[in-house]
Amino acid sequence: MRQPAISAAGAGLYSCHACGQLARAVPGAHEVNCPRCGGHLHLRKPGSVSRTWALLVAAMILYVPANLLPMMHTSSLFGSQSDTIMSGVVYFWTSGSWYLALIIFFASIMVPLLKMIALVLLLVSVQLRSRWNLRQRARLYRLVEFVGRWSMLDVYVVAVIVALVQLKALATIEPGGGAVAFGAVVVLTMFAAMAFDPRLIWDPLEDAE
Amino acid sequence: MLIACHECDLLQREVPLPRGGTARCGRCGAVLYRSHPESLERTLALTVGAILLFVLANAFPIIGLSLQGQVIQTTLWNTVRTLWNEDMRSVSALVFATTIAMPALQLAAFTYLLLPLRLGRVPAHFAPVFRMLQAVRPWGMVEVFMLGVLVSLVKLAHLAGIVPGVALWSFAVLMLVMAAITSEFDPRSLWAKASALR
Repeated sequence: MRQPAISAAGAGLYSCHACGQLARAVPGAHEVNCPRCGGHLHLRKPGSVSRTWALLVAAMILYVPANLLPMMHTSSLFGSQSDTIMSGVVYFWTSGSWYLALIIFFASIMVPLLKMIALVLLLVSVQLRSRWNLRQRARLYRLVEFVGRWSMLDVYVVAVIVALVQLKALATIEPGGGAVAFGAVVVLTMFAAMAFDPRLIWDPLEDAE
Repeated sequence: MLIACHECDLLQREVPLPRGGTARCGRCGAVLYRSHPESLERTLALTVGAILLFVLANAFPIIGLSLQGQVIQTTLWNTVRTLWNEDMRSVSALVFATTIAMPALQLAAFTYLLLPLRLGRVPAHFAPVFRMLQAVRPWGMVEVFMLGVLVSLVKLAHLAGIVPGVALWSFAVLMLVMAAITSEFDPRSLWAKASALR
């Protein structure tokens, strides 16, 4: 038999988010700061679930224009065209650069989508105080945090292409509204992942039987 | 010494590690701490290298297009400014923050914390600067930007000849050095050193 596991919060200890220092909780104290680095101490991130939901819902709403609105408008002597993320993927796929099509498809379409689904799953399971697959859910959260930044890829692609082609009279490329929405989705999902407190996943273990 | 897992809050006893070892949480598997021989010295050395590369990456053009004997080049700053003038201010600010401001802040904070420690004193405002550093680190995205430049390179290759600039190589190496900093930097060593000096 393993000895019963006890969390820092269960033992009345704060664990500092910034430096990892443990500090004893003072009963009745309103605001506690880390004795070592001075950061705010909380047993759990305050309002974690509702904050994460709020940021996540905002990201979901913006995910729609991010995919439907064009990332770029190109106009040249030969006419003009607008490119969404998906049409960029299709362009690369049909022009033979299938590996680039895959990179963009994963970074820009799948990663944000899976990230939002993963956060919904984590939030709902935490709210139900579920004990289902704890380790897998912890791993899922780690993955969400690690992979989210790569969605910025398309924003950078638009930025570099616009800057380079701008200077040429032959064709002009303008950024489209999709780039704004898309950037917002990436930032919002990153904030959502930061607002979520993974320790909530494990808290149901300390509920009374 | 007791420590709490930063991901699942489990209390556990700290054990000494062999060189190159990693301590993982017994419950959720998160990395608790690693053995970091000479963590602070290595981080400082890498930071100095990264600052040089960062200056190069910002001072020189990233890529150029050659068309009819003419070469058009763009620097990172140019990219940010063009987006701003194109009325894409939020995207411009995002690119500026994630590729220039945050990495610069991060490198400045590392230098500010580590150089005085190396010389045997604790700099003023040590704790707030440390907290700022921890807050800034997720937002520096040099490696994603690098991949973005490569994708746009392929996208533009059919329009004109591509001339890779000095900054492209600087960014490629900067990306590796930043990754090395992330793996070498150990906040525990930083606090141990600071409290030993106080």
